[in-house]
Amino acid sequence: MLVFVLRRILQTIPVIFGVTILVFLMIHLIPGDPAQIIAGEAASDAQVQQMRDRLGLNDHLLVQYGRFLGDIMQFDLGNSIRSGNPVSAEIGSRFWVTFELAFFSTLLSIFIGIIAGVISATKRHTFLDTSIMVIALFGLSMPNFWLGLMLIQYFALPPLQWFPVSGWGSIEHMVLPVITLGTAGAAIIARMTRSSMLEVINQDYIRTARAKGVKEQIVTYKHALRNALIPVVTVVGLQFGTLLGGTVLTETVFSINGLGRLVIDSINARDFPIVQGTVLVIALLFVLVNFLVDISYRFLNKRIELD
Amino acid sequence: MAETSVKTQQAETKPPSPQLENMKKVYKKLKKNKTAMVGGILILFFIIVSIIGPVLTPFDPDAQDYTNRLASPNADNWFGTDHHGRDIFTRIIHGTSITLYIGFSSVLLGSVAGTVIGIVSGYYGKKIDAILMRSMDVLLAFPGILLALAIVSILGGSLQNVIIAVAVFSIPVFARIVRGSTLAVKKLEYVDAVRALGASDFRIIFRHILPNIMSPIIVQATLRMATAILAASGLSFLGLGAQPPTPEWGAILSQGRNYMWDDPHYALFPGLAIVVVVLAFNLFGDGLRDALDPKTKG
Repeated sequence: MLVFVLRRILQTIPVIFGVTILVFLMIHLIPGDPAQIIAGEAASDAQVQQMRDRLGLNDHLLVQYGRFLGDIMQFDLGNSIRSGNPVSAEIGSRFWVTFELAFFSTLLSIFIGIIAGVISATKRHTFLDTSIMVIALFGLSMPNFWLGLMLIQYFALPPLQWFPVSGWGSIEHMVLPVITLGTAGAAIIARMTRSSMLEVINQDYIRTARAKGVKEQIVTYKHALRNALIPVVTVVGLQFGTLLGGTVLTETVFSINGLGRLVIDSINARDFPIVQGTVLVIALLFVLVNFLVDISYRFLNKRIELD
Repeated sequence: MAETSVKTQQAETKPPSPQLENMKKVYKKLKKNKTAMVGGILILFFIIVSIIGPVLTPFDPDAQDYTNRLASPNADNWFGTDHHGRDIFTRIIHGTSITLYIGFSSVLLGSVAGTVIGIVSGYYGKKIDAILMRSMDVLLAFPGILLALAIVSILGGSLQNVIIAVAVFSIPVFARIVRGSTLAVKKLEYVDAVRALGASDFRIIFRHILPNIMSPIIVQATLRMATAILAASGLSFLGLGAQPPTPEWGAILSQGRNYMWDDPHYALFPGLAIVVVVLAFNLFGDGLRDALDPKTKG
């Protein structure tokens, strides 16, 4: 186990470096003169030069990268061009909103996904199973921004007005965005749970348990589900990471002041340090989540061979 | 994935004309799979609509009529009209080809690049494999549409850049699958035999490996169409993709959003169009997977 963890850490390090290189290069990949583009078309030569100095674009690329990496180590992600505030502060003030949104959406998708998947698997080839799978397929196929708009239309606007149209904070605020973001995940987890359950149910030890006269419910929930959920763990972890990146659309629809909105606003304002900083934070977090998922998967399923 | 491919592919390589025989088999299986057929027919329907639909629509997608702004759905304007009095039904029909074009070209680009990377990685192994696969891991580290978003933020928002962004976003997915399948096929005895007979790497890859790993690529490409269309419409919704007045569905939706209070039809229909087309590719992709790769599930 320890060897596996160490190996996995060794594998993760180059990926982390790759992520920092890619995020660092973002500004240099802008077609044309990045300083000119960030300063705006109307900027004078002096202003463009000033921007170039500010972004440190005059130095050698390697020097720039070294500085970038050194700054990251000290949690310094530069300053916003628009507000002048440190990027880390801008991200910090919004991080927990996005985290909460992604966290509760993941919880919702686990809850609904696993229940639906188990029902579908135990009632295989019945009307119920088919209906659940059709609904899951719809859930997968719906653009979440549209689902969000429709939820606002029917539950936040008159006549019902059950929930607020936008914002974040109270439980009422959370309901619609969490459903919006969690639906696709619930669909994925339901499909995964179903196929995983079906695979397990056909295995010998389940047949043995049944033959022993163990009650069907105990077979389903104690023997089968426990093992069937192991592969589901992977999906759940990935789902959480994906949702962190996927909150962009949901936050836009519900005007929630999280990281996603921050990225979009900054892209529109050409505030590149913020775009870079946010993308970097989310990507590194996702790498961490993946790492933890792999470790727990390994822990849960000792039979898996080292890759 | 790797193990499953071996079995199906051993069957595929039996002469005479194994590819054709196999196509027939797959078609037979697909025909029995009702959901796949529904998906296939829907895809066909959308393709036909994208080609002949624009000729049949009674309105001009850009014709503004301010006496008829934001009309609710009625006998003339089936899906109502937008804030410029344009017929939404007509605009959605005209947008069909844009959606299919974005989906198809980005998946084509992504799958070709991903396949090349995956084959090279799996076939040559060692250092090349390590470097390529770690690079793919780096791309995969940007979750959801974040990678596409970052690319569009660099290149600027346009239809073409969305295609590039969504293509790049698909590359690692294809690369991983193709690498796995390549490894499985490479181990087969007949590849060794062909190599012993003096075939070049190039010949082995194109004549012997590629044809044998097409099934998972095709399945993934179909499912990826769905993801690509969702991602692209999302970018357009955010104002980073197709720009108005292009009748791209995500773009129409983002405009409709401003009129939700009084005119719910405006945002409803373009979204429904996206749902149905994405559903079609998901249905067909699921069916294809069952027919081509029976053991893989998802």
